[in-house]
Amino acid sequence: MKKLLILSTALTSFAFTANADVTVMSWGGAYGEAQTEAHVKPWAAATSNAAVMVDSDNPAPALKAMVEAGNVTVDVASVEYADAIRLCDEGVLEPIDAASLPAGNDGVVATEDFLAGAITECGVSTDIWSNVYGYDTTKFAADAAPKTAADFFDLAKFPGKRGLKKGAKAVLEFALLGDGVPPAEVYAVLSTPEGVDRAFAKLDSIKADVVWWEAGAQPPQLLADGEVVMSTAYNGRLFAAAINEGKPFQIVWDGQIYENEMYVVPKGAPNKDLAMDFIRYATSTDGLRAQAQHISYGPARKSSMATELLFKDGKTVMAPHLPTAPENLGNALLTSADFWVDKDAELNERFQAWLAQ
Amino acid sequence: MTEAATELLTTADGRPLKEALATAQSRAKRRAFLLVLPLLVFVLLTFLVPIGYMLKRSVEHDGFSRSSPTLTQWFKENPEFDHMNPPEQAYAALVTDLAEMQATKNTGMAGTRINYTVPGSISLFKKGAREAAAMQPPFKGAMLALDPAWGAPELWYAMESASSELTTDFYKVAADRKLTETGWERGDDKQRIYLYLFFKTFVVSAIITVICLLLAFPVAHLLAILPMAKSSLLMILVLLPFWTSLLVRTTAWIALLQEQGIVNDALVGLGILADDNRLTMMYNMTGTIVAMTHVLLPFMILPLYSVMKVIPPSYARAARSLGATSWTTFRRVYLPQTLPGIAAGSLLVFILAVGYYITPALVGGADGQLISNLISFHMTKSNWSMAAALAAMLLAAILALYWIYDQLIGVDRLKLG
Amino acid sequence: MALPTYASPLERVWYYTYLVICTLIFIFLIAPILIVIPLSFNAEPYFTFTEKMLTFDPAGYSLRWYDTLLTLGHPGSDTMRDEAWWSAVWERSTWVQAAKNSFWVGLWATILATFLGTVAALGLSRPEMPYRRLIMAILISPMIVPIIIIAVGMSFFFAQACVPPDSIWSTIFGPFLSEKGCLVNSHLGVIVAHAVLGIPFVIITVTATLSGFDQSLIRAAHSLGANPRTTFFKVVMPLILPGVISGALFAFVTSFDEVVAVLFIAGPDQQTIPRQMFNGIREAISPAILAVATLLVIISVALLTTVELLRRRSERLRGITPH
Repeated sequence: MKKLLILSTALTSFAFTANADVTVMSWGGAYGEAQTEAHVKPWAAATSNAAVMVDSDNPAPALKAMVEAGNVTVDVASVEYADAIRLCDEGVLEPIDAASLPAGNDGVVATEDFLAGAITECGVSTDIWSNVYGYDTTKFAADAAPKTAADFFDLAKFPGKRGLKKGAKAVLEFALLGDGVPPAEVYAVLSTPEGVDRAFAKLDSIKADVVWWEAGAQPPQLLADGEVVMSTAYNGRLFAAAINEGKPFQIVWDGQIYENEMYVVPKGAPNKDLAMDFIRYATSTDGLRAQAQHISYGPARKSSMATELLFKDGKTVMAPHLPTAPENLGNALLTSADFWVDKDAELNERFQAWLAQ
Repeated sequence: MTEAATELLTTADGRPLKEALATAQSRAKRRAFLLVLPLLVFVLLTFLVPIGYMLKRSVEHDGFSRSSPTLTQWFKENPEFDHMNPPEQAYAALVTDLAEMQATKNTGMAGTRINYTVPGSISLFKKGAREAAAMQPPFKGAMLALDPAWGAPELWYAMESASSELTTDFYKVAADRKLTETGWERGDDKQRIYLYLFFKTFVVSAIITVICLLLAFPVAHLLAILPMAKSSLLMILVLLPFWTSLLVRTTAWIALLQEQGIVNDALVGLGILADDNRLTMMYNMTGTIVAMTHVLLPFMILPLYSVMKVIPPSYARAARSLGATSWTTFRRVYLPQTLPGIAAGSLLVFILAVGYYITPALVGGADGQLISNLISFHMTKSNWSMAAALAAMLLAAILALYWIYDQLIGVDRLKLG
Repeated sequence: MALPTYASPLERVWYYTYLVICTLIFIFLIAPILIVIPLSFNAEPYFTFTEKMLTFDPAGYSLRWYDTLLTLGHPGSDTMRDEAWWSAVWERSTWVQAAKNSFWVGLWATILATFLGTVAALGLSRPEMPYRRLIMAILISPMIVPIIIIAVGMSFFFAQACVPPDSIWSTIFGPFLSEKGCLVNSHLGVIVAHAVLGIPFVIITVTATLSGFDQSLIRAAHSLGANPRTTFFKVVMPLILPGVISGALFAFVTSFDEVVAVLFIAGPDQQTIPRQMFNGIREAISPAILAVATLLVIISVALLTTVELLRRRSERLRGITPH
């Protein structure tokens, strides 16, 4: 028995890599990298804990599956606003005590410092990001480039393949915006069966020319490889490709669909207390500011933008690249969490059936 | 009796020989079996039991029954109620359960279970649960005022069915049946995605099998008639793909076939294609078929080769000398002798193709997805019972094919390289 | 092979067409595997040949993608490459971790599958074996049942397959299980899953070797006074060893290439090379994937050569001479 024990310990010690202390699950690519650089590494260094980042196409369904299977390997996850509310309703997430969040650097208490709605029962917002579309500037003449959401669906004027997210959320809204529905009416229209049909009909008009993407890192790649001439994407990914790698990508802000991104802790997280500590660290004034220096998503705290925010290259001013910049909000839609909390499963199922046809 | 015994042959120690032989035989049987036993137990625990678990999941879901005890009880007591017009007590039970669900955060779970058979139920349940605690009798009127959908007979059929933990609902949905006002019926054609995907999977697998056969036949024949030294060398070209990681090969096909890939670049460079008219061969069905053919081709070549190798060339020579043309010789003499190889290879390739997951997931895009990918989709959405039901249906199809394979060819004749 | 002298002109034309067709099919088989090798030395982040590469300009080629295999996940990737840097590569780099996991999981799965499979094959090839056909069909079935079905079943079962804490089982198996003592998200879970998938290959190769095995050799050994143990190790083992080794190599490759079971039952600590590649292909296909692919092609060439040599040795030993 003792021999076996020694043997098995000896074998594990050299055979397998050590368990990480805190596991953070995010969206991979440029966003995952930004959170790794701004949150995971500094937190690990500051608290001398080990922390590791794992990638997912969308952490929300993964979290739900883990919690329901009683098999949680993740401590902190980054999920969309509606998912943070829905999963909280469904008992998948740990509540987070808003009072424990650190005050801003200017001394304002957290609940005041965060933007309205940025703290929910189970989640703390890190940033405001947006679904936009971007195109390859080398494919269109400057005076004949796409400018509006409607242009994305205009195959006659702007021929070529389109990249679209393989999922209902933000895609159905975008189809309606492209069909000329004003942002204020999008959710009213989408709440009716006819509105849903209208959105799918609009998507039908380009379905044959769509390359579907699932991971946020794919659209910049599809554009860079020339597989598509324009693609919907998370705005920060296009920004990162353009700034870091000098890609000729132009973002079209018309018809952007923006929302909060949230840090949440799943029920049964292996290191719940450390996870909460991580969130407090990451969503402090400096933590959020650091993230915004790596990717063009607007920090959720007012104090993080107190002084002019520069990209990590030290020269690019971030403000005009953020979804919340006034000039970008012209024809913009704020994602309705209420709508998606209720309709997520239903519309995604319909979307899947539509795709398979 | 004693007379008969004395006539028997006996062993040296006086035992009847027949008996001694039988003992020795059964001891040998036991020994042989004992050698196999550890592996059988291992396979049972790590392979058959998990599949059993999966089958159990496909007929079991307690998402609704667990969180609605009152309504479940009511259904038990009133098995004959009118689905078109459920009575006030039913609504009262429903409201009690909904209020409880809201408090215990089980609404999503219960709504999801009903949503499998009646789409749109999640939002209905969430809305109902939020209002339930403050609701005043008569509950029927209050619920119908909140949303008329609460009066839909299909919803009541669905809740009645879901109030039992054991259910065949998932198989019905997987067979594209739909709950309507009068119970389960054939769904309309637009929403028949599951059977359609099964059908598509079988058609695509058949196409791949045929392509593999067409490509494998000449190659296997060449390998069989070449002298050993040359054929061993060429055999390496067949075996190398077999030994190379599936992901490497899939990556390679992406590099070759994508729109800015090597094949398109070459065609444009040679002036065969215009730069703005590149072929779309990746992230669709074409990509899936090409990459899967490449992956499965060795599984066709090897069985064909092992059959062709032992066909004596003298038969063909005899046919020729008797005046047959080369085509007749091939068709009437050679081809029939290769049939066992064709059957073995085709069945193997078809079976492997039907269950393929990785390649379609990576290169299939939206229209190149097969049934395995849908199973995986439901797994990631934690629709476990749905995934299990689809997997069980796929398993049944595979086992039927496997049985045919065993009857025709015999699993013990499976060879690798 | 040459054309018979009586071949007609038409047959000659057909014969050469046939050779061309075969050549094309061989190119189809092998070209995709070879193409990844030059592409992995691309200096640009593209998945195709650049103009510089086509003109053999040295500037078009670089080792940068091999370098990213070391630096991805490295905490201080741009610091000086001293001893500490290399030790961090060994401990932290994503691809190195994946390689270590792949290697150890593959090794243990192979040992398990080979041991159980060989012993069972010995039983299966005895003429007295009862229910031979049925048992064979069961043991081969992990190769036939779609891996997605196996993975779905395992993900259900492994989440429930846990050892009670503080029991003797948790003392023995604890280090190999997940933090909660379950098979899911554990190295043991992945090893067991891969062993099951490798077993059919071991059974097939070892029974094939045994089918040419002369059972009278065992009786001869017995009659010469050898006990069963001596008979096994001195007579049986040397003869079936080539089959066992090639079965083991098949099992290792099966594990080394497996991704679906890993996707469904493994946690973040059990990421293997195929799993990393799967991620990489879905997200951003940088030539780093091609660098890994090239290394894997080299490994498969080495394994294939070994198996071929073994097969020939086995045939020689069994007296089947190549003809």
